[in-house]
Amino acid sequence: MRVLILGITGAVARRVAMNLHARKHTVVGIDTRPWPGAPKGIEVHVEDLRKRAAEDLFRTRRPEAVVHMATVTSLRVQGEERHRINLGGTRVVFEHCQAYGVKHAVFVGRHTFYGAAPDSALYHTEDEPPKELASFPELADLVAADLYASTALWRTPELATSVLRVCYTLGPSAKGTLATFLRGRRVPLVAGYDPLFQFMHEDDVASAIVRTVEKRPRGIFNVAGPQPLPLSVIVRQAQRIGVPLPLAVLRQLIGRFGLPRLPPGALNHLKYPIVVDARSFHAATDFRHQYDEIQTVQSFLEANPPPPPHREQVRQRLETLGVMKR
Amino acid sequence: MRREEVQERLGRLELPFNAYGVDPYGVSRWHLGVMFEVQAFFYRNYFRVKCHGIEHVPARGRAMLVGNHSGGVAVDGAMVVSSCFLEANPPRLAQAMAEKFIGAMPLASVWASRCGHFTGLPENAQRLLEDERLLLVFPEGARGTAKLYPQRYDLVDFGTGFMRLALKTRTPIIPFGFLGGGSAIPTVANLYGLGRALGMPYVPVTPYLLPLPLPVPLEIHYGEPLVFEGTGNEEDSVIQGYVEQVKARIAGIIEQRRHERWQGGVKP
Repeated sequence: MRVLILGITGAVARRVAMNLHARKHTVVGIDTRPWPGAPKGIEVHVEDLRKRAAEDLFRTRRPEAVVHMATVTSLRVQGEERHRINLGGTRVVFEHCQAYGVKHAVFVGRHTFYGAAPDSALYHTEDEPPKELASFPELADLVAADLYASTALWRTPELATSVLRVCYTLGPSAKGTLATFLRGRRVPLVAGYDPLFQFMHEDDVASAIVRTVEKRPRGIFNVAGPQPLPLSVIVRQAQRIGVPLPLAVLRQLIGRFGLPRLPPGALNHLKYPIVVDARSFHAATDFRHQYDEIQTVQSFLEANPPPPPHREQVRQRLETLGVMKR
Repeated sequence: MRREEVQERLGRLELPFNAYGVDPYGVSRWHLGVMFEVQAFFYRNYFRVKCHGIEHVPARGRAMLVGNHSGGVAVDGAMVVSSCFLEANPPRLAQAMAEKFIGAMPLASVWASRCGHFTGLPENAQRLLEDERLLLVFPEGARGTAKLYPQRYDLVDFGTGFMRLALKTRTPIIPFGFLGGGSAIPTVANLYGLGRALGMPYVPVTPYLLPLPLPVPLEIHYGEPLVFEGTGNEEDSVIQGYVEQVKARIAGIIEQRRHERWQGGVKP
């Protein structure tokens, strides 16, 4: 099968590309970032998918399936540009799919669509509406992109559309929202709260997407693997130091003193859980995760041990410069 | 001794804890251990709870404990949960449907959810039942705990959601009567304004002002399971009829026990 992957240089997208390639599919990718050392046989084009050159690839390569992973979070791109990438990009993708006879489109969205709220069901199902957008406007464009992709199910019935709402990813690459949050030595927590976090190993997410490409299920699906864990447990098992702070203090300190940068709306995600029910996806694709929650945290820890204390870092730097000797 | 007993019972609790001691709902073995050690003291030594009919609580599989609210704070819920853990063999974790305000409160929300008590939403309840858990429901809701001392044995209107859910999930209902909660926390007034300011439905006031429970003996009486046939989509009048049957059964348990106490002992 000819598969076009949009946003191919992302950590998970690379795994999807290599997995599909290994399964004898023809893989073409588009991204604004290059992929140095891309495996031979995977065609990577450095283009903006909203530009003419990207449309040419749809026309000349005639992909049978398109995997749209070219959306960004507020951690990577700020403001208007993020709206243009997420919403404008998604619109263009579905227009091209329709124009060039693509048979199957996979939109890879996020489970944060559902929002974090104290009165939400613990396990969200696919038919629930997004919540709490008012308090997390940085999420609005991703939610809009998800809803736009979902409307393709009835707007273009000839195109099989799979909208995936994938939980957080964790693994050796240390890419993604949760991994970025855990990367430092200290991890901020909201005092008095300890939400459940649901995550999957990067390889499991990639194999879930590959299964979607091959099984071609129509509809909206939550994608999850092992059981969720309380954030404090993840922090502890990743050998990080949890720093519980009152919400008002945390709001002021976020992004400073070595704490990760977060949009203010994301603080709700440190108070209330977002956990998804993935039974429909399992039934539609027969997907089963390979890594449990313990192996997943372990794989992140092995590839990303906690940075040494600040004092130790300064000492190491001075030793490197020859100013100090051990 | 209490610690050993709690740990031994925790070990026999049939919940799918992972290597970190957490189940798929976030229920934590460590939190349960701490909670039950504290509650075992209150259950055995402070309230000297008498539990009858625990054999009616199934050893495994889905079931819904439905009973009367009693007392200004959730002493009744805590003692019913303790009775299922300390008296049943094998021990069972009764998971209560908590008021929505608890989910938003710091610390309380963490402890409630780690101990298996989630916000009272139909989605949460249905999922737990489909997962063969034991659910604890007070259909009187917050109105039930707001009863003042003179009305402590009365039952206010029951909601009907629990009955539709029981029918939909084919769950047996185990009615229970809880006695003594109104004397443990003799509420003389409820401060609704202060409650709203604190994010709660109300703040109960006792003759000694604070809503702290007195060391009053408490009793829990479980009745035989009630099984209703249906789909959960029946007319309101049908559902209301079933709910009235459950309510009458609970009222009957309470009245019978009050009568027996008046005569000076539990009848066989």
